[in-house]
Formats: sequence, C-alpha cells, structure tokens
Amino acid sequence: MKILVPVKRAVDYNVKVRVKPDNSGVDLNNVKMAINPFCEIAIEEAIRLKEKGVATEVVVVSIGDKACQEQIRTGLALGADRGIHIETNTGVVVDSLQVAKLLQKVVEAEKPDLVILGKQAIDSDNNQTGQMLAALTGMPQGTFASEVVVADGSVNVTREIDGGLQTVKLQLPAVVTTDLRLNEPRYASLPNIMKAKRKPIDVKPVADFGVDMTSKVTVIKVEAPAQRVGGVKVADVAELVQKLKNEAKVIA
Amino acid sequence: MSVLVYAEHDNVSLKIETNKLVHAALGVSSDIIVLVAGSGCVAIAEAAAKISGVSKVILADNAVYEHQLPENIADLVVEVAADYSHVFAAATTTGKNFMPRVAALLDVAQISDIIKVESEDTFVRPIYAGSAIATVQSADTKKIVTVRAASFDAAANEGSASVELLDTVKTSEKSSYISAELTVSARPELTAADVIISGGRGMQNGENFVLLNGIADKLGAAIGASRAAVDAGFVPNDMQVGQTGKIVAPQLYIAVGISGAIQHLAGMKDSKVIVAINKDEEAPIFSVADYGLVGDLFDVLPQLEAAL
Ligand SMILES: Cc1cc2nc3c(=O)[nH]c(=O)nc-3n(C[C@H](O)[C@H](O)[C@H](O)COP(=O)(O)OP(=O)(O)OC[C@H]3O[C@@H](n4cnc5c(N)ncnc54)[C@H](O)[C@@H]3O)c2cc1C
Ligand SMILES: Nc1ncnc2c1ncn2[C@@H]1O[C@H](COP(=O)(O)O)[C@@H](O)[C@H]1O
Repeated sequence: MKILVPVKRAVDYNVKVRVKPDNSGVDLNNVKMAINPFCEIAIEEAIRLKEKGVATEVVVVSIGDKACQEQIRTGLALGADRGIHIETNTGVVVDSLQVAKLLQKVVEAEKPDLVILGKQAIDSDNNQTGQMLAALTGMPQGTFASEVVVADGSVNVTREIDGGLQTVKLQLPAVVTTDLRLNEPRYASLPNIMKAKRKPIDVKPVADFGVDMTSKVTVIKVEAPAQRVGGVKVADVAELVQKLKNEAKVIA
Repeated sequence: MSVLVYAEHDNVSLKIETNKLVHAALGVSSDIIVLVAGSGCVAIAEAAAKISGVSKVILADNAVYEHQLPENIADLVVEVAADYSHVFAAATTTGKNFMPRVAALLDVAQISDIIKVESEDTFVRPIYAGSAIATVQSADTKKIVTVRAASFDAAANEGSASVELLDTVKTSEKSSYISAELTVSARPELTAADVIISGGRGMQNGENFVLLNGIADKLGAAIGASRAAVDAGFVPNDMQVGQTGKIVAPQLYIAVGISGAIQHLAGMKDSKVIVAINKDEEAPIFSVADYGLVGDLFDVLPQLEAAL
C-alpha cells in the first residue's frame, strides 16, 4: 500500500507573527519556518503504518518555492521514502483549491491508497485542502482523525467532532486529515537525517501541471487584531466576586 | 443575490449557530433560504422557519443525511446551491467537513471562518491563530463561506417562513457511519454558553475537574479545557477551546490553571470579560485577563464556589 503525505512549510508554531506596517500581509522575514504541525502528525501516522507492515511506501509532496525542500527533507529524515516538490516562484501564494488541484494530478500519477494531510495549515488556518482533494478525486474522506485503522480494502477513521467522537468506514483509496491527538510525532535521528540526504526528491515546475494558478481571492489588507488591554489583579476571591457583580456586571 | 444557509443541528434540536448564520447572511442579502438536511428533522425545519429574516426553509429529510456524511451532504448542497449566489455554513466540525467539498465541486475557493461581512464579496477572517486579521475579496461566481458563529449575534425567532420538502437522495457507497461517542451533559454547550469556566494542565488530573462543577452549576456555565488538559486525558476532546478546538466568546470566561498560549487565546480572547486564576503571576493569560487572581487554584476554587 502506498501513502501520499502532502506537507506545507509554515511559520513555526511558537512564533508570534507581526503584521507589516503597510498592511499587505504578515512579516515573514527572518522568521523561523517549519513543517506545519498537523503535517508532521500526518507523516508520523504514515511511517507508523509502514512500520506495522500495512504500508510499503511513503511519499511526501510539497508545493512551494525552493525552500520547502527543507520540509520534504525533514519528512524523508522521519522515514518517508521519497519526495516530490512542485516548485512555484518565490512569493507566490497558492490557495487551497489550487493545492488540491495540483495534488489531484499527483494522485492520478502516483495512485496512492491513502492520502494523509494535516487538517489545517496554521498560517492560513484554512482547513480545506484535504476535503477539496477528496471531492476532486472522488475519494471518501475522514477528517480530523484521532485514530486510523486500515483493514482489508478500507480504513476506519475516528474523528474528533464538536459533540465527541465519530467513527466512519471509508473504502480505499481514501483521504484522511489529522487532528492533534492522532499521535505524537518522533524526532528525526542524526543518522536518519544523513540518510535522508540521499533519498530522491523529484522537482517539477508548477507550470507542468496545467493548473490555473490565478486565484479568485484577493487579500485587500491584513491588520493586527484589536489588542485586549490587560486589566487589574485582584487581591482575593471576595474582591473578584465583587468586581464581577458590580463593575463588570456579568454575574448576578 | 440570495444566500443558502446550512442549518446546524443534531437531528434533535436546531443549534443557535443557525440563528447566527442567518444574522451574518443578512449582511449580504435579505433573501435567505435555510437548508435543513438530516433525519427526522421536521421539527427542526419548523424551528428554522421561525428565525427572523428567513424567507424559506428547504427540508431534505432522509436517513442518508442522519450522520452528516460529507460525501452525501456536499452533493446535496451543490445541487441546491445552483439557485443561490452564496452558501453559508457554520465553521463547526460539520461545516468544515463538507463545505470545502462543495467549493471544489463548484470549482470555487472557500472563504473559511469569517468574523465579519464587509459586503457581498468581501469578508474578514483571522489568520495565524488570530495574530492577524485579513480582509479578503472573492471574484468567484459563487461564494462558499464558513462562519465563525461566536463573532455574530443571533437572529431572533420571530419569523414564519414556509417549509418546502426536497426528496433528493444523495448517497455514496464509499463511506459509511460506524459509531459515535457523544458527550452527554446537562450543562450548556460551549459555543452557546454565556459563561465558561475552563481548566488547564494546572488542574493536574481529571478528577480535579469536579472543582469546577460547583462553580459552573452556580453560574449556569459550560466547562472547557486547554489542549494540554485534553492531551493529558483529563477531559474529552470536545471540551478543547482554541485555534484548533472550539472558538467561544461568552460574557464571562474563567481560565483556571491555563498559561495563555497563543493557540488557546485564539479561541477565547473575544470573550467580553476574562478572569484568570493562576499561581504564576507572569503567566501570559494575565495580559488578556480583565481580572487576574494570582493564587493556587486548589485554594481559590472552593472559596469561589462558596462566595457565589
Ligand atoms: C498546532 C497547535 C494547535 C494548538 N491548538 C490549541 C488549542 O486549540 N487550544 C489550546 O488550549 N492549546 C492548543 N495548543 C497547545 C498550546 O500551544 C499550549 O501547549 C496549551 O494551550 C497549554 O495548555 P495549558 O495552559 O493548560 O498548560 P501549561 O502551559 O502547562 O500551563 C499550565 C498553567 O497552570 C498554572 N498552574 C499550575 N498549577 C497551578 C495551581 N495549583 N494553581 C494555579 N495555577 C496553576 C501554571 O502556572 C501554568 O500557567 C496547540 C498547539 C499546537 C502546536
Ligand atoms: N503548499 C502545500 N503543499 C503541500 N501540502 C499542502 C500545501 N498547502 C496545504 N497542504 C496540505 O493541506 C493541509 C491543510 O491545509 P489548509 O487546507 O490550507 O489549511 C496541510 O496540513 C497540508 O497537508
């Protein structure tokens, strides 16, 4: 069984980004970048399926400029077998629909049995790509997965939903998107990082895919959020209750 | 211009998110049609028909829609959407699940998790866990939009629209429902509560969450949690508040033993009044709290329960 894992290069989750003074976007100069945390979980899940003997090959794919080869290498160091880099020009923003269309072409060429994506990229916070890819390829989907069990020709996915948990059974090939509790990703060991340098990455220019890369969505401006001003410290519970009643008037 | 609003419900009751969606949709058009898809949902359709501003309710009542399987729901919505310029659904785990499929099948982008409607084609949405707020404009023929319900008021229930039945059946053999483990609680839901008290890693274990119960009872509050508390297995996942959990904006949010990581703040910083109880006076949660109480939660919580 072959697993395809799309990974996105994104701002490290510890970084507090700042809005550019001209409100054109956020300032990513000299900011630490990393694999989107949910994609890391996706790689880990694929590797575990390989270790269990369920999967035979794990392919990571990333769409972006040259720099995203760093994240593909990380995926290879974690245990993926090979990488595909769909290269865009620096500074080009690719929206989720375009990513899904490019991934659709990769799916057509690679014919994976399972595609595992992150549920959400922590930069755009879109939460769309996996669902879009499923729709475009006609695959069933199991989003926000906290457990993935592959059986004969199908996969059972337990999903984190607002009311609790839901389990669905999907015919393979299928699309799964990861939630935070699916697994705890490992760290890459030094020998594996060295080994990853010799694993192949197939670089393809985005133009080869025949996908229309003009986005219908324009960002008009990006602003800093309204700042909450920290309030006061209260001395004790009595003062807290008094303030909530008489000043904030949020309790009776 | 007319908006198709996808009703949020659990086959038992209509959720307040639907009223908020209608309110948001009124920013685009005064012609609002609500689609109720589910199983045994006549009463839910009737409830939706009472929402002020709704011109018509379409009810697709069939067992194939019971579990909101996205393969089925998306195909249904795509068909119904033919008549509308916009489709709005809540940015809940239901809306997030099927709406991107609708967008892809219609070959348009999706605008996720909007907090404001500027005009029929321009919307405001947080990015980077709320560290930046983007205003985006869509040139697509149809606007597929998910809405952060917490950012909108609820439309009133003073309407009387008609309910139209739709017998379209969309179903896929590729996906089937197996089971669900739903949390049953007598407390209000997090996304609907006026008061929320949340516990974090500082609670130390699941048993200690009972310390929040008495206070929640007295305040009619919902109980939430940080991801650390959920990850450590103190409480179930559906209690998580934050960037990747539930987004809430109650009148009063009480954070207990929560440090205030940006991902947690992303889910609650629009609350009207925030109280933080933490033994570390440097905890970042204090920088967003209106009232901060530095202290050991194991001392403070019993006192607070007694004082209410
Ligand atoms: C991709 C991604 C998404 C995430 N999404 C979310 C999300 O949606 N929601 C979320 O919450 N987190 C999320 N996180 C995790 C987030 O980064 C933090 O790790 C988490 O919020 C920390 O939870 P906490 O405040 O309970 O724990 P900690 O940071 O460990 O804080 C515990 C606090 O309790 C206090 N404390 C301890 N004992 C006591 C006591 N006896 N009395 C009083 N105070 C005490 C401590 O002083 C400390 O401030 C996400 C992380 C990632 C990478
Ligand atoms: N540029 C990209 N390259 C590869 N995968 C991507 C890219 N953008 C998004 N994805 C995948 O889609 C998931 C969800 O992203 P999004 O829908 O943009 O929030 C990510 O976690 C990745 O798995």
